[in-house]
Amino acid sequence: MPKTYEPIATTTLGSSATEINFTSISGSFTDLILVGRFSSTTLIFGGMNLRFNSDSGSNYSYTLLEGTGSAASSARASNTTAMEMGYNGTNDAGQNIIIQIQNYSNTTTNKTAISRYNSPAGQVMSYVGLWRNTAAITSIRFAVNNQALATGSTFTLYGIKAE
Amino acid sequence: MIGNIVAAITDGGEAATDFESIATVTVGAGGSANIEFTSIPSTFQHLQIRYLGRGTFNGGDVEVHMQINSDTGSNYTRHFIYGDGSTAGAGSATSQTKIVLNDVPAATSTSGIFGTTVMDILDYTNTNKNKTVRALIGRDKNGSGVLLLSSFLWSSTSAITSIKIFPSANNFAQYSHFALYGIKG
Repeated sequence: MPKTYEPIATTTLGSSATEINFTSISGSFTDLILVGRFSSTTLIFGGMNLRFNSDSGSNYSYTLLEGTGSAASSARASNTTAMEMGYNGTNDAGQNIIIQIQNYSNTTTNKTAISRYNSPAGQVMSYVGLWRNTAAITSIRFAVNNQALATGSTFTLYGIKAE
Repeated sequence: MIGNIVAAITDGGEAATDFESIATVTVGAGGSANIEFTSIPSTFQHLQIRYLGRGTFNGGDVEVHMQINSDTGSNYTRHFIYGDGSTAGAGSATSQTKIVLNDVPAATSTSGIFGTTVMDILDYTNTNKNKTVRALIGRDKNGSGVLLLSSFLWSSTSAITSIKIFPSANNFAQYSHFALYGIKG
C-alpha cells in the first residue's frame, strides 16, 4: 500500500503579514489539508478567508456552525468573494484551523472545503464552503479580514494521495 | 485523530509513514448503488474514510448510509450537532439499522456540487470494544447547506472487515469519490 500524507509546504511568519499564499500546488495528490496555528495583530473581528487560483469573483459560499460556550448558532453567506473558514472573535493567541479540500485537482466538479476552527478563549466553529469553479486548484490564499497575521503564525499544507 | 496525525508528521519530520491508502473508488458514468470496502486489512490502528458524494435521486438531496460487516440489525446509534445556515441544533437516534451520514446533493441540485465527509473509525480491529465512528460532514450549495459533527456507535465487538456506503435512494452519481485510509498505531 502506498504511504501518503505528505507536507507540501510550510510558512512561518518572521514578521506580520496580511495573507499567506501557497502557489504552484502540484496536482499529484488527491486531497489537500491546510493546518494553521496563528494569532492576529489587532482586536478587530474578522473572518478567515480562502481564495483559490486568485479568483476574487463572487463565486464562493459557506455555511457555518459555532459554539461559544453559552450558545450554538449557524449562519451562511452566498455569492461571496472569498470562502470563510473561521472567524476571529477574540484575538486569541491560540487560534488553530484545519481545512480539508477533497479532489482539488479534478476538473469536473466544483470544489468543496470543510474546516474546523478553534479559538480556545472564544469559540469552536466548523465551516463547509463551496467554490463554484471546476478548475484544478493550483494556489491558495489565506487571509484574515481587517487584520494581519502575527509573527510566528505558522501554516502547513499537506497532500494526501489515494491509491 | 487528524490533529494527532499532523503532530506525528511534524514532530517526526518524516511524512507518509503512518497514513496509508488502502482503497479508492471513483464512481463512473453509470453511477453506483453502493461502495463497498471488503477484506479490510487488520494491520492498522484506525481507519479514515474521505468522500465527496452526490446522488442520482430525483430530488435536491439524498441521505448517505453506512453498514459495517454487512450488519443490518438494529445495532447503530448516532448523536450529532448541526447547523443549517440559520439554526443550530442537535439530535440522536438509537437502535438504527445503519449509520446515517446525512445528505449529499442529488439530481436537482446544481450540477458539479458534491457533499464532503471525513470520518475516523477508531480501534477497528479491537475485539473487546464496541466500535465508534466520528465524522465531519457538510455540503454547501450557495444558498443552502448543512454542516454536522457526528458520532456513531456500532454495538459490536467484532473486528471491522468490511464497510458498505450507499445512498438511501437510487445511486451515487458519477465523479463521487470514496477513499479508505489506514492509520498506524
